[in-house]
Parts: sequence; structure tokens; C-alpha cells
Amino acid sequence: MARRYDSRTTIFSPEGRLFQVEYAMEAISHAGTVLAVLSKEGIAMAAEKKVTGKLLDLSLAPGGEGMGGEGTEAWMGGGGEKIFLLNNNILAGLAGITSDANSLVNFARNSAQKHLFTYDEDIPVEMLVQRLCDMKQGYTQFGGLRPFGVALLYMGWDPIYGFQLYQSDPSGNYSGWKATCIGSNHSSASSLLKQDYKEDLTLEEAKSLCLKVMSKTMDSTKLSSEKLEFATMTLHPQTKQPLSKIYRPSELDGLLRDLELGGTKEDLIGAMEGTGGGGAVGNVAIST
Amino acid sequence: MECSFGLTGKDYVLLCSDMSAGRSIIRMKSDENKIKTLGPHLAMAYGGEPGDTNNFAEYVERNMRLYHIRNHYPLLPESASAWIRRTLAESIRSRKPYSVNLLLAGYDTTTTKPHLYWIDYLGTKAVVPYAAHGMGVYVSLSTMDKWWFNDMNKREGVDVLKKCIDEVKKRITVHFNFNCILIDKDGIHHIDIESEDPITELESQQPKETLVDAPNPPLDIGNVGVTA
Repeated sequence: MARRYDSRTTIFSPEGRLFQVEYAMEAISHAGTVLAVLSKEGIAMAAEKKVTGKLLDLSLAPGGEGMGGEGTEAWMGGGGEKIFLLNNNILAGLAGITSDANSLVNFARNSAQKHLFTYDEDIPVEMLVQRLCDMKQGYTQFGGLRPFGVALLYMGWDPIYGFQLYQSDPSGNYSGWKATCIGSNHSSASSLLKQDYKEDLTLEEAKSLCLKVMSKTMDSTKLSSEKLEFATMTLHPQTKQPLSKIYRPSELDGLLRDLELGGTKEDLIGAMEGTGGGGAVGNVAIST
Repeated sequence: MECSFGLTGKDYVLLCSDMSAGRSIIRMKSDENKIKTLGPHLAMAYGGEPGDTNNFAEYVERNMRLYHIRNHYPLLPESASAWIRRTLAESIRSRKPYSVNLLLAGYDTTTTKPHLYWIDYLGTKAVVPYAAHGMGVYVSLSTMDKWWFNDMNKREGVDVLKKCIDEVKKRITVHFNFNCILIDKDGIHHIDIESEDPITELESQQPKETLVDAPNPPLDIGNVGVTA
């Protein structure tokens, strides 16, 4: 009986549920973990990369070898797989179907530029989140289409509300957080965050909390840049304008070594061999 | 036959406009309010083709209100000026362009800085410390050049404005009545520029009495009759 309502995205089941939307959320809970922590000084975000393997050629990909960077360089760098710069003042971490995510990133960048064109200012963070969620919600209501299988964490700064962290899901719901997590193991990561989060964290503490929780939720005990993307949103010390930074692999490994969470050469080799080819992770192209 | 000025000070911005309405050499009204409040800390003085002016001012006013309702906070002066400029720039390239010039004054609550923008019907925007539109340009710009300086307090600002108005009265044959507002951190206040010391008057009153309600009831300019 339930099957009859499964295939129709926009039709309620007799129990009052939208199965396709729920399945989309299920797809996300298999995706790599993305978590972020808000502090007064800025926001830190870490994301687990699922597509790894020594045969994967990342030399030309965004966020591949030697990529990442600060400020305008972050545009070129991109995190590669999970972390993207949507606008000067907004970074997003994505969990879900990569191709759906790419199209959402494109839409978000377009919206941000449209706002810049009309108002000559960076788009306020919540407004961009609303733009994306309006679109995501549309796909749960209008027929014949599948919802976006993507959840996002947005971290950004605007002059009205300062630093902000939002999360959105395929249904088009969004909410603001002090620390939150999406993707696989999100419930255990959330409870770890709840345990260790304190008001008035410094940015350094937020960064370390981010990575510590990540190290506990990920399968491998030692972290390395091979399996991880990392970014921060802060204010430029002189200009007081938002400054986004996507960490280069070497910078991230340095940070991990400082926190004693990995980032050493041996771990790098271990991580690569551990995952073997990309295929070993399962259907990598679907959910990352 | 119109005349408006604006000037910025340390933590406020003053906006002043004449109140005449008419055609050609005939004045039909001398108590027309040509300053519109666009938000809690934003207002504009407008002039140009009669009809176009009111129409455009209301269009801007309602769009600012809509933005406020949708986002729970008003547009900052900088972004509002960009939006208005773009609207005029698109209008001038349309079949029936608006012929409206305006001075936009606002107080940025996030940076606590006053802003003044000079915008014309061609879609030109200039960020300026003091400005004028209309007939007053010919005599008041030199006055402001001479007397305006950085970080003036409210009294000094009003004095410069009074000097401009005196100059207009002395040099220009047309008679004007003036309507004046001040925007600071508390909002938009009505100022009686004809009085001896408007700032003392403003400070002696309860803030609520002088405050012009944002965003959009028309300014009550008191019992100024037709004096033309």
C-alpha cells in the first residue's frame, strides 16, 4: 500500500508523510559528516571527504593539490568536494548527492551576485539561506520532480547579525545554530557537541572542538587532510570585513598535528591504503 | 522652482526642502511636504516633474517597507541608495522615465555613521558630505563650501543650514518656506528651522514628540498655512 505513495514526491501518504522527502533525508545520513561551531570571533567548519583513493586524479580539480586559500583565493581553491564559497561572506558545507549539490551551489552563487547587483552589498546570510530553501521547498510541492538530496551548513557574516550558522534540509526547513552537524553519525556528533560546547568560545577553541568531535565520529582514528576539508569564517583584523579561509592540505595537517589528532605522513599513507580505491566506500558518486 | 539641501555632521544628518508646489510661475501650495521617511533611519527629499515625484517617492517608500517586512530589518542607507539609483537608471532607459531628483539621508545603525547621497533622474549617485538640488544649488554650495567642516555638532550643522537658507532668501527672487528633519541614532526628528535655536527646542522636548514615526506616515509640519 505504502508503495503507491512512494513514487509521488508531492502526494501525502495516508499517514500524512512525504516519502520522497524522507528518503532524501535518509540519503544524507549516509553522506560524509559536516560539522560547524560558532564563536564570537568566527566560525569553524570541518567536513569528511568520502571520495578518496590513490587512483583519483585531483591535480586539476578545485580543492585538489595545492588548492585552498584565504579571501579571494578561496574562490579558486574551493574545498573541492564538500566546502564551497557561495559569496565573499558565506561558506557552505554540503552533505548529500554531489550533483544536486553542485546545482544548488550554482544557484546560490547566482542569487548572491543578483543581490550584489541590486543593492551593492554582500547578501545577508539568512536571505541567501531563504533563497535556497524556497527553491528546495518548491520541489516538495510541485509534481513530477525529485527533491534535492542535499543538506547544507551555511556559515557567514553580515553587518546586521554578525556571525551566523544555519542548517537546511531537503524539505526546505532551515534553522540557526551555535554548533551543529549533518551527514552520517550526525546524532552522536550532535550530542558530543552539546556536551563540549561552551558559550564564549574563542575561535581556536571552536576549531579544536570541531576537529575533536570529527575525530570521534569518523571511522579512522587518525585524521589527515586526505579525508578532511576544513574552513573558517573570520573578520579581517584591519578592514573588519568578512574573511573566509579554506585550509590547504598542508595547513590542515599542521593544525591536526598541533591538536595531536593526526596529520602525520604515516597517517596519510594509512588513510590512502585504508580506503583503497574509491569504489571500496560503496556507491561514492551518489552520496558524499 | 524648488530647493533642497542636506548635510552630514558627526553623528547625524540634516535634510531640508522647500514646500512649494505649482506650475511655471504660479505657486499653488506653500505647505507641500517634499520629504519622505523611508524607514526608521532613512528619509529622502525629492523634486522634479510634479506627479512623477509623488509616484516615485511612494514606490520607493513601499519597496523599503516591503524589504523591512520580509527581512525584519530595514535596508541600510548604502544599499537603499544603490537600489534607488538602479531603479532610476532602469527608468531612464524605459519608454516613460521618471523625472525625479533626490537627496537621500540616512543613519547607519551598524557603523553609527551618517550618510548623504545626491541622486538625479539620470541615475547618477554621489556620496557627499553636503549637497543641494534645485535653485538653491547656485547660492548654497558656496556657502556650504565655506562653512561646513568635518564632525560638526548639531548646533553647528543647523547654523550652516540657516546660512544657506538666508542666502537663498537674499539672492533668489522666489520665496520659499522650508521643512527640515534631522536623523540621528534615535530616529528621524522634525526640526523647526525658523526658530532661534532649533536644537535646544529639540532637546527640551520629549524625544517622542519630535520623532517622526517610521516608516511612513506623512510628516506633520504643524500649522503652516498658505502664506504665499
